[in-house]
Amino acid sequence: MRRPPPDGAAPAEPLVLIDKVKGALRLAAVDRAALALGLTSGLTLSDARARAPAMVVMDADPAADAAFLTRIADACCRYTPLAAIDAPDGLTLDLTGCAHLYGGEEALRADLAQRLSRIGLSARMTLAGSPDAARALARFGKTAAVPPGGEAQAVGPLPIRALAVSPDIVLALSRAGLKTIADLADRPRPPLAARFGADLLACLDRTLGRVDMRITPHRPAPECIVERRFAEPVGRMEDFEGALDLLMGKAARLLEQRGEGGRVFEASFFRTDGIVRRVSIETGRPVRDPKIVMRLYREKLEALADPLDPGFGFDLIRLAVLTAEPLGVAQTSLDGRQATDDEIAGLIERLAARFGRDRVLRFTACDTHDPDREAGLTPAVEAAAKRAAWRKPEPDDPPARPLHLFEPPQPIETLAEVPDGPPLRFRWRRVMHEIARAEGPERIATEWWRRDAATRDYYRLEDASGHRFWVFRDGLYGRETERPRWFLHGLFA
Amino acid sequence: MTDRRDALAALRNRLARMGQGDSPRASRIFSLGLPMVDGPLGGGLARAALHEVFARTPPDGTAAIGFGLILAILAAQERPVVWIRQDFADVEGGRLHAPGLVELGRDPSSLVLVRARDAAGVLRAALEAVRCPAVGAVGLEPWGEPGVLDLTATRRLSLAAAASGVAAFLVRAAARPEPSSAATRWSVAAAPSRALLANAPGQPAFAISLLRHRAGLPARDWHVEWDRDRCSFQDGAALPRAVVPVSADRPDQVASAPAAPGWRRAG
Repeated sequence: MRRPPPDGAAPAEPLVLIDKVKGALRLAAVDRAALALGLTSGLTLSDARARAPAMVVMDADPAADAAFLTRIADACCRYTPLAAIDAPDGLTLDLTGCAHLYGGEEALRADLAQRLSRIGLSARMTLAGSPDAARALARFGKTAAVPPGGEAQAVGPLPIRALAVSPDIVLALSRAGLKTIADLADRPRPPLAARFGADLLACLDRTLGRVDMRITPHRPAPECIVERRFAEPVGRMEDFEGALDLLMGKAARLLEQRGEGGRVFEASFFRTDGIVRRVSIETGRPVRDPKIVMRLYREKLEALADPLDPGFGFDLIRLAVLTAEPLGVAQTSLDGRQATDDEIAGLIERLAARFGRDRVLRFTACDTHDPDREAGLTPAVEAAAKRAAWRKPEPDDPPARPLHLFEPPQPIETLAEVPDGPPLRFRWRRVMHEIARAEGPERIATEWWRRDAATRDYYRLEDASGHRFWVFRDGLYGRETERPRWFLHGLFA
Repeated sequence: MTDRRDALAALRNRLARMGQGDSPRASRIFSLGLPMVDGPLGGGLARAALHEVFARTPPDGTAAIGFGLILAILAAQERPVVWIRQDFADVEGGRLHAPGLVELGRDPSSLVLVRARDAAGVLRAALEAVRCPAVGAVGLEPWGEPGVLDLTATRRLSLAAAASGVAAFLVRAAARPEPSSAATRWSVAAAPSRALLANAPGQPAFAISLLRHRAGLPARDWHVEWDRDRCSFQDGAALPRAVVPVSADRPDQVASAPAAPGWRRAG
């Protein structure tokens, strides 16, 4: 699929891509010049060389092809939010209700063809009432557009191969003498279902347009979309921000009508050369105030690791609300508590927009005694889930858990009494600590359903200069291990 | 229309202030709870200011962070604390452990932890947080001695704190004091605690020194102990509390006294 640029060396020479199939090098894809010489995919490389000695051979790269196809699908999102990838080399766009924005289906089609040819691609496009009919016609037919309800007639002359069913079924059907879809459509259905399964009939119905089937878009369809098209591509940051501001004002009105606020917003910048850049922000509560959203966007755009590269400019900027939640009209309380909570939520959103959502965190308690899993960190923008309560310390007791925890625990060299005495001295980071005070052991075993770690005996230690440590012996002496190892797990204030 | 809205906002602010009266939020200083320290400081530390906490030696880093957190707890009261750490601090000194915060007397759920890649990020996040008046206190932990943390940066933080009334604590676990515009500068070291029963380590104890004060107070040293239950500092040099009084005229009870020293639950 990927070709060298048109200004590359000798475009007249046929180009083929090869792949290794069962130990033999076979052609995976051929270009138009190669096709004219009679080379087809599936031919072995040596046969092809014999026919056309002067061809250019390159390795097929399916991963790169898939990435390229995804990029085109992204660029096609400008026409409709519902674009699906039909691997390995096709796209399905659901244009229902979108075509009039481009002045009709024909105009949209011409626009798409022009954009594709600009990046060196030739495409076969068909408009039809059902995705399967369009797919079959684009790959095996010559029809450009099927009139409404005319699917069965248009698809009828196509070969059986045009159905999206497994090659075994295609082979079996053609051996039975059924060459075209029309042959199949006329047959009585029960024997077909009994012989080939219900899938074949379902596929046949979809292709004939008897059953309407929606496509699965490669990106989830947003709750609400507003966009702005530019006759002349824009390339300045101020213009993007101004456009986003306008769009957000529109989106806010839409959201207000629905009584909703957005949680996840996504701005898409469509470059003239088909590259799409997406920037999304997330808020901790439903919002529709353009000022708040724009402030987050400004933070985000400023902090982008690779800044927005407009290239030759963006000709379409779109703002989509990916997730929306109900948001009523709020009554402001007089004591200001509501305002305080909102301010904190706003601060968290701004920090999350600048530093990333997984860098602004809140502690959540987990119901376990394992020190490593006792406290979890969740992004602060996420709604606080129902969580376990923190263990309450006993009154008048010194801290039983350290302020700092090492992960993983740090090995130490220890001199300790056998079997379960506290260390008398230990060496950590090349410094010897003489222990003045010690308490322990506090035995912490893993839960019975995770019997992979040894029992740990924890000691609270204080050295002669007043530093307090939390160390443990890994394994019970004599029962679980003969030579227990010691680790430093935490530091007390 | 705008005038009316402004007037409404002003009224609302006034009401909020009246409702709080002499609550801690309205006060300009927060007390450490120990007259020995509060007295010379003039009642406590300024709330709307930047305070610096240095570790005396690198191993005292945890003590310095603990002291900084305790100051933030005292300054924030019920309002949220924003704590900003540089990633490298996690590698070098261990990550912040929430149950350890509970042990210091703070509900970790109301603490927002921000992890920044570098010192510039720490400062940026801190400025953003300090400018939000709803925050109780902001702690920032850049690692080492970064070039961006100069007089200008600390001045910016101080001005933001003064404008919003949010206390900011700059904790430096591995750095030497440099010129800054902080209101106070402390040097903190871990101090031997008072032993509990069976020679167990006691409450967190700190040897703190006031290195510099905006009002020109002389440098002072204290030995303090943090009391989580009273949420205040105690004199670390005072007599231990766990002394069993021995009565001279009741010999039969003397023998039973050591047997009833209210055992602690350990673990």
